[in-house]
Amino acid sequence: MDYMTDLKRAVGMGSAREGTKRHWSMTKSSVALLILTPFFVFTFGPMTGEPHDAVLAYFQRPFPAIIAALMVVTTFMHFKTGVQMLIEDYMHGLAREITIILLTCLSYGAAATGVFAIAKIAL
Amino acid sequence: MADVNRGKRPLSPHLTIYRPQMTSITSIFTRITGNALLVAALLIVWWFLAAATSPNYFAFADGVITSWFGDLVMTLSVWALWYHTLAGVRHLIWDAGYGLEIETAEKMGLAVIAGSLILTIITLLAV
Repeated sequence: MDYMTDLKRAVGMGSAREGTKRHWSMTKSSVALLILTPFFVFTFGPMTGEPHDAVLAYFQRPFPAIIAALMVVTTFMHFKTGVQMLIEDYMHGLAREITIILLTCLSYGAAATGVFAIAKIAL
Repeated sequence: MADVNRGKRPLSPHLTIYRPQMTSITSIFTRITGNALLVAALLIVWWFLAAATSPNYFAFADGVITSWFGDLVMTLSVWALWYHTLAGVRHLIWDAGYGLEIETAEKMGLAVIAGSLILTIITLLAV
């Protein structure tokens, strides 16, 4: 006799043993990026190739700076989970675990570097 | 256990003998674009770090990003970004339970390809 509901049975299943947690986290970050991406492309984009002082002045304004910081953090957290799915699909054993660790470190490192740089420019 | 036929069971067809389909190709490109965007994302973080560090360092990083090679990487990344964005929208639609019929899924695949090209051209003109 099994009293578990379908949801209860599904929780913890899947290759990652985390149920739908990662899927839901990717859904949330993808919607966030859907909003952030156009703003970022059309604020950051025109600044490439501009003089240094113009770039500093632009990212000292609240809107471009906040968008850029949110974009960097959300992108790398979305990437961290996405690339882990890629690795889990194609790599096995110790190499899989080492690669996941390295790319997780890279994701946090890049997010922190981006936020630090943008904060240093903006403040 | 009871698997006496191990090793001789019929296998499902592998990727190499499948005719490429709109659904499978647009799916694998979602993964390729998403992961390849790491290159542009790191370049952009580096650009910000250089801007925060010194005018000379910024001139170097900005020079790399706006060189012919940087332009190539950024242009391909703009396309990858819009492709991945639109493909992501398609996944959100699917997750909500719509557009799962093969015909609709294929039409959305075409829309993702066409839309990503249009948005890339708009971005290259506007930025």
